[in-house]
Amino acid sequence: MATATEAPPLAPAPETKPPRPPRRRGRWTPYWLLLPGLLWLVVFFALPVIYQASTSVQTGSLEEGYKVTWHFATYWDALSEYWPQFVRSVLYAASATVLCLLLGYPLAYLIAFRAGRWRNLIMILVIAPFFTSFLIRTLAWKTILADGGPVVDALNTLHVLDVTAWLGWTDGDRVLATPLAVVCGLTYNFLPFMILPLYTSLERIDPRLHEAANDLYAKPSTTFRRVTFPLSMPGVVSGTLLTFIPASGDYINSDLLGSTDTRMVGNVIQSQFLRILDYPTAAALSFILMAAILVIVTLYIRRSGTEDLV
Amino acid sequence: MYKRQLLRASAGGALAVGGLGALSACGIPAAGNTQGGVPAEDHSKEEKTVSFSNWTEYMDVDDSGRNHPTLDAFTERTGIKVKYTEDINDNTEFFGKIKPQLAAGQDTGRDIIVLTDWLAARLIRLGWVQKLDPANLPNAFTHLSAQFRDPDWDPGRAYSYPWQGISTVIAYNKKALDGVEVKTLSDLLDNTKLKGRVGLLTEMRDTIGMTLLDQGKDPAAFVADDYDAAVARLQKAVDKGQIRRFTGNDYTADLAKGDFAACLAWAGDVVQLKADNPDIDFVIPDSGYMTSSDAMLIPNKARHKTNAERLIDYYYEPQPAAELAAYINFVCPVDGVKDDLAKIDEDAANNPLILPDKAMQAKSRAFRSLSSEEETEFEEKFAKLTGA
Repeated sequence: MATATEAPPLAPAPETKPPRPPRRRGRWTPYWLLLPGLLWLVVFFALPVIYQASTSVQTGSLEEGYKVTWHFATYWDALSEYWPQFVRSVLYAASATVLCLLLGYPLAYLIAFRAGRWRNLIMILVIAPFFTSFLIRTLAWKTILADGGPVVDALNTLHVLDVTAWLGWTDGDRVLATPLAVVCGLTYNFLPFMILPLYTSLERIDPRLHEAANDLYAKPSTTFRRVTFPLSMPGVVSGTLLTFIPASGDYINSDLLGSTDTRMVGNVIQSQFLRILDYPTAAALSFILMAAILVIVTLYIRRSGTEDLV
Repeated sequence: MYKRQLLRASAGGALAVGGLGALSACGIPAAGNTQGGVPAEDHSKEEKTVSFSNWTEYMDVDDSGRNHPTLDAFTERTGIKVKYTEDINDNTEFFGKIKPQLAAGQDTGRDIIVLTDWLAARLIRLGWVQKLDPANLPNAFTHLSAQFRDPDWDPGRAYSYPWQGISTVIAYNKKALDGVEVKTLSDLLDNTKLKGRVGLLTEMRDTIGMTLLDQGKDPAAFVADDYDAAVARLQKAVDKGQIRRFTGNDYTADLAKGDFAACLAWAGDVVQLKADNPDIDFVIPDSGYMTSSDAMLIPNKARHKTNAERLIDYYYEPQPAAELAAYINFVCPVDGVKDDLAKIDEDAANNPLILPDKAMQAKSRAFRSLSSEEETEFEEKFAKLTGA
């Protein structure tokens, strides 16, 4: 703006050529630097996706091979056969995401504003479960929630399980092999994915904004509602996405903590690929899942109005 | 804005056109009918080595936990080094792993693989394994026990020899049963006192086989209607909430903790569980029990076929077979090991789960082989039963 006022407004100076960009040789450098990443993306993402897309419209058998016959009916068949598992996946993943947010937000808030010198220690504790494998962590829940174990006994004594059984989340006096166990497992396994982005965006909030709100006679609850929470929205959105997306495709939790009526779409895909050897149906199911997640996520981002923040 | 949309639309169009071409270029080639297997040049003479892929915890281990005494003895005697890898965890997953190489006619890098017989049958059907040379297998031929001699999927054992036999029985946890008596699979499926505390196996042939036996059918000669009836019987139990879970190997933890009061189980595991926990025991229903086996196979293009055959034959000598049986407690497929086994472990030698006596053998049943179409259809019905 400042330079515009110096130059004559209408008549351009005839003799002065625009100066040559100083480092012409470096023009391609950014592209060269992009190349490894692009190659990686093509080889490990784009090609497999194309391959799967092709598989989903093939027909055939292991003996005769598979040929592309543009058999789109596979999609419809897969959807009409396995829609309950799709609905269940979305429901479980959404429940786990909400639980993660309810559990993770206070903790992230604590770490960001109140932890003081304990901050690093608490962060390590949040990440520590990642030092062991996903499978071991899930199996640990089978011990914690074992029938007649202390946790289940306590819940029975307090009649909590009567309430959850009435809601259809548990069955009889047990927790394992019920929807509740699967959702708890999902929540536990994906909680750090919620806490970390929440922490990053909460930590960025200037504490002086809180003081300012206070000076303007805002109650702490108003400060949270009008200042802190809106500013932490990017963290909430990326946290929920990082939790919801992997949770909806997960099959380990349902396999180990669930029962026959808790199977998610991940379990169906696994059994189609490995047991039944129906590769087209498995590929079609994967694509339907991808499309469903894409639609849900797009709607969600539009609604939460943080397109440019994510 | 309009321009941007137009650009996007045309880019999408270009992608779609390019995509269509790319999609139809893909496809999975036929498995190829390579009946009899494809041998590779046998490098057994120059390269004194053999690569052996097996399941985890399926081999004897010495006290240090690093050496396998029976394999070491083999190397000492023959000079053939064994590259022993425990990289098989699950039949279906391992099939997914080696399928691309075998379908493309390439060497898998393995000379011996051990797969449960239904998958062994599939590999033979697809022509992905090599015919064995009887001249290299004198011990195996003489000592193979009668109940494993003539499976319908590999008559006369042209392609495969059992590594160990697996019996499927009913196991229970006395403490968790709390006085309830179980003798048959029907007890597990019907007794309301066991609601939500019964486990079945994800291995279709074991669970359906036991159900067929319970319904008085022969798993070695059933028809599609019998199969559907067995699935319907199980579906009723699932709908009632009787079945807690369908499991793979992980049922052992559920049974030991008492989350399963009773379940279908593999006898080799039960022997070990019983040693750790006196509450655990097993019962063999009067209607019989299922026996399958894990079979050793030599995949196509394996580089050391003769060495592999010598290793297979070695495990059919009574002495190494006894050592192995004493350690891993599965059904020993080798005849005449009783004396050798008694010298190592008297109890094991008298355990009908390890060395089945006449009465045990009489109750043993095998699942018949399935055609490719049947396999897909049956697995699909079974998968629906288990929820997916």
